[in-house]
Amino acid sequence: MSSDTLIDASWLDYLLVAIYFGFVLGIGVMARRSVSDSIDFFLSGRSLPAWVTGLAFISANLGAVEIMGMSANGAEIGLPTVHYFWVGAVPAMLFLGVVMMPFYYGSKVRSVPEFMFKRFGTGAHLVNAISFAVAQLLIAGVNLALLAGIVSALLGWPTWIALIVAAVIVLSYITLGGLSAAIYNEVLQFFVIVAALTPLTLIGLNRVGGWSGLTDKITEAASSAPASAEVASAEQQLNSWPGQALAGFDSGLLSVIGIVFGLGFVLSFGYWTTNFVEVQRAMASNSISAARKTPIIGAFPKMFIPFIVIVPGMISAVLVKEMIDLKGGGTPSGGASGDVTYNDALLLLMRDVLPNGLLGLAIAGLLAAFMAGMAANISAFNTVFSYDLWQRYIRKDHSDDYYLRIGRLATIAATVIAIFTAQIAMGYDNVMNYLQTLFGFFNAPLFATFILGMFWKRMTPTAGWVGLVFGTLSAIAVDRLAAAGVIDLPGQGAAFLAASTAFVVDIALSVVVSLVTKPKPASELKGLVYSETPREDLVDPDEAAMPWYRRTIPLAGIALAMVVVLNFAF
Amino acid sequence: MSDDSTSTRTHQAGAFDIRNIIGALMGVYGVILALAGLFGDPELEKTGDVNANLWTGLALVVVAVAFLAWARLKPIEVPEEFDRPDDDPTRPAPQRKRPPAQ
Repeated sequence: MSSDTLIDASWLDYLLVAIYFGFVLGIGVMARRSVSDSIDFFLSGRSLPAWVTGLAFISANLGAVEIMGMSANGAEIGLPTVHYFWVGAVPAMLFLGVVMMPFYYGSKVRSVPEFMFKRFGTGAHLVNAISFAVAQLLIAGVNLALLAGIVSALLGWPTWIALIVAAVIVLSYITLGGLSAAIYNEVLQFFVIVAALTPLTLIGLNRVGGWSGLTDKITEAASSAPASAEVASAEQQLNSWPGQALAGFDSGLLSVIGIVFGLGFVLSFGYWTTNFVEVQRAMASNSISAARKTPIIGAFPKMFIPFIVIVPGMISAVLVKEMIDLKGGGTPSGGASGDVTYNDALLLLMRDVLPNGLLGLAIAGLLAAFMAGMAANISAFNTVFSYDLWQRYIRKDHSDDYYLRIGRLATIAATVIAIFTAQIAMGYDNVMNYLQTLFGFFNAPLFATFILGMFWKRMTPTAGWVGLVFGTLSAIAVDRLAAAGVIDLPGQGAAFLAASTAFVVDIALSVVVSLVTKPKPASELKGLVYSETPREDLVDPDEAAMPWYRRTIPLAGIALAMVVVLNFAF
Repeated sequence: MSDDSTSTRTHQAGAFDIRNIIGALMGVYGVILALAGLFGDPELEKTGDVNANLWTGLALVVVAVAFLAWARLKPIEVPEEFDRPDDDPTRPAPQRKRPPAQ
């Protein structure tokens, strides 16, 4: 490297970053002080325009996973990454809007542990609360590792100092109230990220000679790469189906099944339908109809995000010297965490094609996304730890101040722990592999228990916790077998298999255990099980009078048609 | 809500309308980038002979004007009575001065 830092930022870039933080912290402070009724109105979420809740809904998810993980994946395996959007997100978002949302809205459940407690009682609640808390700490580590990567790329500091500095930044963001204006931040963040990544994509395409230049270069790179580099063929990198490079199966048919069942069904439905960080955006709406439309409206921009996150990754792999070297089987040095990994794809492309100015805009967008993402993880951990674990199981009936103090300690402890879980995340050269593995451990069994418990009233409290425990254990077992080399699936195939195994084990055990244990009486299941919930709680009587473009089902139909067209086009 | 027009006690969201905030941020960014494109080093070898700062800046100004105009043409009415948000007690931040919503 000619300079000491990976990215050469000027005062102009720092100015743009500072303006963003000025906006976010300024809104946070105003929200804390309640200087205007209008702020309360927006934060309460009541009767917010649907496009705002829709954007907040996908922006809550447009963090580290989407930006760095998807561009890393795009650099490594190319177009099949779009399955995370067109198979792995949009159908589940539509399902959430059409089927699940009326049920959540009607049952007034506000968190997953709360549903577990009401539906299954203590056992499932305890298991779920612990696994949720652990998952948040591990995912906070991913966000922190990426944030530290940017800090170290900007300032050239060693990783461990960057980690501590990044942790301090997040703690001050939480403390200064940036999170209390979450809905403002998320919508602003969405625009900043789009404003930064769109020029990055266009300039990158301009540099490689347009789309045809990109495909030529990928074809050339794939054919000249040595076999030891195990690069996917150009054919696989440039077509979304059958996506062997993503699923890791040699057979096209198995690959399609793996993607549709593992990613499209278990992982994605598990993620989108049980992730209350996102679902709560929709729950704040003023009617069932608006709550249902939130994820469906979110699905429209979601469809087009791959073009500004995956395509830059693909460009990076053929334009940036270090990435070409990495994909050719080399181990170039100089990345954000020592050696260059696929996670650096986006940062390196920014370094090579963005002039000072746009560079600052891009840095602001990335910092904002990872910081907000980690802050959300820490805050979710905090809530579950203080109230679902500490208050319910360890110290009951203390004062509000007491739990507030516990919450503060939990925030600081979680931030410190995240510094260590970040080390685990840094061990993966494609952070997407790690995240999908975590989702397999935590979300897949949860989704199985959740959906079975919702639709089968015979399912018993014992089955609730047994399914969760053994589902998670079976996913961990598959992951360890894959790590030991017993199961050989490159790409994210092992994570898909672990998730599918967890789902199947959870369902099977839950059914068996339910048949030999005693169910809850039907009277306690109203609002928790589909068949015991009155139909009129599930529909919005006003919706039939709206024009078609404001009704849930026609909107969902259009989104579905568009995503099918996209699947055929690429 | 449009059918609440019987209770006319509303006022406009004004500067805190989220569209004005988006418009303000995008506008500031747009002007700064456009100025950087005009007077700074456009670094054409990086971008492949496009003045990226200038064009992005102009595009952001257009977006900003669109948001500000939208907020001006169809203002959001804030009713006098609405559910105020609860303060999240789990965050170690300065607490809201007034009691939380019921």
